[in-house]
Amino acid sequence: MSTIVLPKEIKGASHDAHGHHELSFWRKYLFSLDHKVIAIQFLFLSSFFLLVGGLLALVVRLQLGWPDHTGWFYKSMASVFSMIFSQKMITGGIILPEFYNSAFTMHATFMIFFAVMPFLMGTFANFLIPLQIGAGDMAFPRLNMASFWLAFIAGLVMLSGFFVPGGAAGGGWTSYPTLSAIPELSGVTWGQNLWLFSLLLSGISSLLGAINYITTVVNMRAPGMSWMRLPLPIWSIFITAVLLLLAVPVLGAALILLMFDRTLGTSFFIPHGLLVAGSPLTGHTGGGQVLLWQHLFWFFGHPEVYIMILPAMGLTSEILSVFSRKPIFGYKAMVLSMSGIAFLGFMVWGHHMFQSGMNPLLGTTFMISTMLIAVPSAIKTFNWLGTLWGGNLKFTTAFFFAVGFVAMFAIGGLSGIFMASTPVDIFIHDTYFIVGHIHYVLFGGSLFAIFGAIYYWFPKMFGRMMSERWGKVHFWLAFLSFNGVFFPMHILGINGMMRRIYDYTGYAHLSHLQPMNAFMSVCAFILGLSVLIFLFNMIWSIFKGPIAPVNPWHATTLEWTIANPIPHGNFAEMPRVFRGPYEYSAPNTPGDADFYPQNVPPPGFGSAERTAH
Amino acid sequence: MNTSITRKLSYLLSLFLIVALVSCGKKKEDDDDAGDAKDGAATTVATVDMANGATISGMIKIDGAVPAGKPIAMDADPVCKAAHSAPVMADHWMVGSAGEVANTFVYIKDGLGGATYAAPASTFTINQQGCQYDPHIFGVMVGQKIEIKNSDQTMHNIHAHGEKNEQFNEGQPAGTPVKEKVLDKEEVMIPIKCDVHGWMNCYAGVLKHPFFAVSGKDGKFEIKGVPPGTYTVTAWHETLDGKGMSVDQKITVAAKDSKTVDFSLKGQ
Amino acid sequence: MNLSMKRGIQWLCAVALAVLPSAVAAQAVKAKYPDHHWYSWWMNILPDNASTYASKIDDMFDLILWITLIVFVLVEAALVYFLWKYRSKPGRKAIYYHGNNRLEIMWTAIPAMILVFLAIFSNSLWSEIRSPNRFPKDAPVIRISPRQFQWDITYPGPDGKFDTPDDINTINQLYLALNEPVQIKLLAQDVIHSFFVPEFRIKQDAVPGMQTAVWINPTKAGEYEIACAELCGLGHYRMKGYVHVIARDSLDRWKTAQAPAPVAEAAPTATTDSSKTSK
Repeated sequence: MSTIVLPKEIKGASHDAHGHHELSFWRKYLFSLDHKVIAIQFLFLSSFFLLVGGLLALVVRLQLGWPDHTGWFYKSMASVFSMIFSQKMITGGIILPEFYNSAFTMHATFMIFFAVMPFLMGTFANFLIPLQIGAGDMAFPRLNMASFWLAFIAGLVMLSGFFVPGGAAGGGWTSYPTLSAIPELSGVTWGQNLWLFSLLLSGISSLLGAINYITTVVNMRAPGMSWMRLPLPIWSIFITAVLLLLAVPVLGAALILLMFDRTLGTSFFIPHGLLVAGSPLTGHTGGGQVLLWQHLFWFFGHPEVYIMILPAMGLTSEILSVFSRKPIFGYKAMVLSMSGIAFLGFMVWGHHMFQSGMNPLLGTTFMISTMLIAVPSAIKTFNWLGTLWGGNLKFTTAFFFAVGFVAMFAIGGLSGIFMASTPVDIFIHDTYFIVGHIHYVLFGGSLFAIFGAIYYWFPKMFGRMMSERWGKVHFWLAFLSFNGVFFPMHILGINGMMRRIYDYTGYAHLSHLQPMNAFMSVCAFILGLSVLIFLFNMIWSIFKGPIAPVNPWHATTLEWTIANPIPHGNFAEMPRVFRGPYEYSAPNTPGDADFYPQNVPPPGFGSAERTAH
Repeated sequence: MNTSITRKLSYLLSLFLIVALVSCGKKKEDDDDAGDAKDGAATTVATVDMANGATISGMIKIDGAVPAGKPIAMDADPVCKAAHSAPVMADHWMVGSAGEVANTFVYIKDGLGGATYAAPASTFTINQQGCQYDPHIFGVMVGQKIEIKNSDQTMHNIHAHGEKNEQFNEGQPAGTPVKEKVLDKEEVMIPIKCDVHGWMNCYAGVLKHPFFAVSGKDGKFEIKGVPPGTYTVTAWHETLDGKGMSVDQKITVAAKDSKTVDFSLKGQ
Repeated sequence: MNLSMKRGIQWLCAVALAVLPSAVAAQAVKAKYPDHHWYSWWMNILPDNASTYASKIDDMFDLILWITLIVFVLVEAALVYFLWKYRSKPGRKAIYYHGNNRLEIMWTAIPAMILVFLAIFSNSLWSEIRSPNRFPKDAPVIRISPRQFQWDITYPGPDGKFDTPDDINTINQLYLALNEPVQIKLLAQDVIHSFFVPEFRIKQDAVPGMQTAVWINPTKAGEYEIACAELCGLGHYRMKGYVHVIARDSLDRWKTAQAPAPVAEAAPTATTDSSKTSK
């Protein structure tokens, strides 16, 4: 242990004693070991893939809004997209079905693995852990750098799928075999291999990050920063890192097995006696199990959902407490419920498989655990409401997004109950109901929290403020258009509209849904515009935003005690922590302030210590 | 220490670049191959001498019972059903009253010494109409442009699974412009299927020379402009039991000859 | 421009942004579907129900809808009320309050009880539909073997056995007798498909290499559609079949008419064509 504790002393307090040596451009910005630079690298990486994923989402919405390929809106947007995408994807103004499949597959893949995850577990985990626990850097700065560059390479590999013959992976982000295992059945050849390889790299990157975060939080907390004084973002990231450590290896195993099936002719997921275009499949002996993939994938995949929502919950809790000028309601309940979610999260994977042919008795067990996992989410929602209650609410953009998170996450949580009920799931499984549900959790939830957190921590990241005015434009545009896109999805689902479907107008029970889909698609383009406004605001503010004060939000946590720009090694002097992170409006706060920073000694503390010595 | 890390990282990066470029590289190689082939053709390119060439013609007949026609279940897709007023029989066997067999692919399999002929500039069109391929059996030359057209108000996918030529599987929803394809390797025959309408299939024979024909409804075929020599002429027919069937015959022709080769295919 | 005017303009813009697309959409709908009322999307939006358990699933759906609707309204109303009530004003100071254990226990226990109740309630219906012991005994069996991108449907024929010459094969056409339970055995030929008939409220994946089964007892005569609910490739959206629920005697007539006709295309063994052996 002592060897691990050592770097803290060197990097933290005594760093300045060495004096600053100038780092080359490469070492400072590209191959930096500084957690703050790596956090910003992750921020740019995720923002880029957020744009890519968003663009693909618009392709999907364009097709769904006007499956007959008519109308001025369709035609004009299709001609714009024709300039971006090749003839093999959009030809003669028609989005081809195979490209449609690639588009929704890659949309989900980019958003999950290359936008939301690196935003949360790359950007904010890296930025906040050392700053909020009072450490000089991460425990393993080189692992940290490797984690980023692996994620970067993984992103490029994933992107390259669009440029190989056969196109990008098109079997859905879940890539169920046998569609994903036999190239002849999907028409996708290289694209699927690259998909598997890229996710493997990204998984290794996540694991490196997780090990680093866990070690850092366990070993490098400043004196006085007891577990129950940790800010909630750190708790949430810590719990998420444990989830990653347990879940990602399972995905890795599944990816490797599927890769073997595709390239070496093994049959882990390929049963005996398959027909391909009417003729018996050659090159595989068969004997594999199709459902094995689903068990492995969802054993990772469901914790993955919590990997993407837990950190968002932590960030939101922080923002809500700061701008309510109130302690978070039920700190212990928050920590316990997050741990409960993490624990139960490993027992619910089967609820993705109620209709898969799995034994119906298993359906019953998974239904009960799934119903139970809704409880911790409910606890958290009530605690957020409790935090707002009796507060002194400051309506900043970050607060808007945090409140938006609570409001939207509530919808996402409630709609999940429908799917948890096995008989109801028979009808709404694999319909747009689930698409609506997941977007309320991952967009209205995770992404809103990410937006809020970027507005909130931007001043500490870049030393400048983001535009509040454009921030509010962003919020209202995003909030309204988000609901315009995703709320009707529940209605489509109840109508029985299947997901991943290129053209629903051929079905008698769905053809009347075209106008609603067109409305949703228009909203989706407005939503895209709002994200562009956000990115412009961010980039503009990096260079031109007003200079930020040290503690613009009057927050109590340690990062707000450091002057901008934060030096390499963070804290000039090892901070000492005297109280919990949410001491807002405490009656014993000295002076007029309504916040009591964690590192400010209580009155008389210094003199008492001095007399003791 | 630091430099070694950077070095390791650059190794990693270059490794990735190699992986990423493998596909591009592969493609390039293919292009090069095609280029080489063309260059080779430019030196030994043969032209068809219509005036002095021989004509091989003949008749395909069935030997044995005529297999019973089977109706296609067009009701699987209302669009297909609406396109036909009468039940449609599967077009595997089109046999006339005297046993003459249509849709047989006849070509010179051997004897040209590997001579390569220039592909015609004209485009070959495959039409998907009434949920059937028109034509059902056809020959094209290596490098000839093929145009695939969807005239139906429903989606078809074109799933070609040749063994030498690159396989492809592409959707063509109603209203999509024609797709252009080039088959760049000699192969007899490439099966092409539509997976949406399981009965829809056709076969492409891809050859380096123009000496092939498909028998008509009268069972007759004719190959013109054949240079003098001794050849193996082959008739290929798909049969009902799911096995492609071919029959070879040897023939020697002189300039301006006109010879007849008849084939008889085994029925049921 | 003073502050209140600015505020007013901001609000106007926001309202316009919300209202304009809705108005445009409403116009478009009106033009396209003159008989369609806007509220028909929000009421009775579940498709017609046409099997014995369909209405039970709908009732379950409605129960959950009511519970979640009440929670939803309460939570969002509390949220909006708090936002308005506790907005920052000069001189206001937030109360200093860390939480209340009694409340925590309450809002843990109550949702837990409701959810466990829902689980138990759901499970009785689930086992009624899915439990292998509760499949209708002696119900005739139909075999559906989906493949890219069609439903190959096989009836055992008069001898009651599959894979005999008297099997009746169809593509995409499923004929069922009204008010008679039937078992459907599903076995995919190539990739995972999912047998989905919205009106019957039935959905079951058809998996390659593993047989799955459902049962249906249709309660309304008519024509319905089979949709594939699991992504199965580029023709997934086109993988549509038809269900005809007809009276027993019409079904028998249809079967007799079909019996001798060898629709070879539909049988999986006969679908192999001359693809591989051309030499």
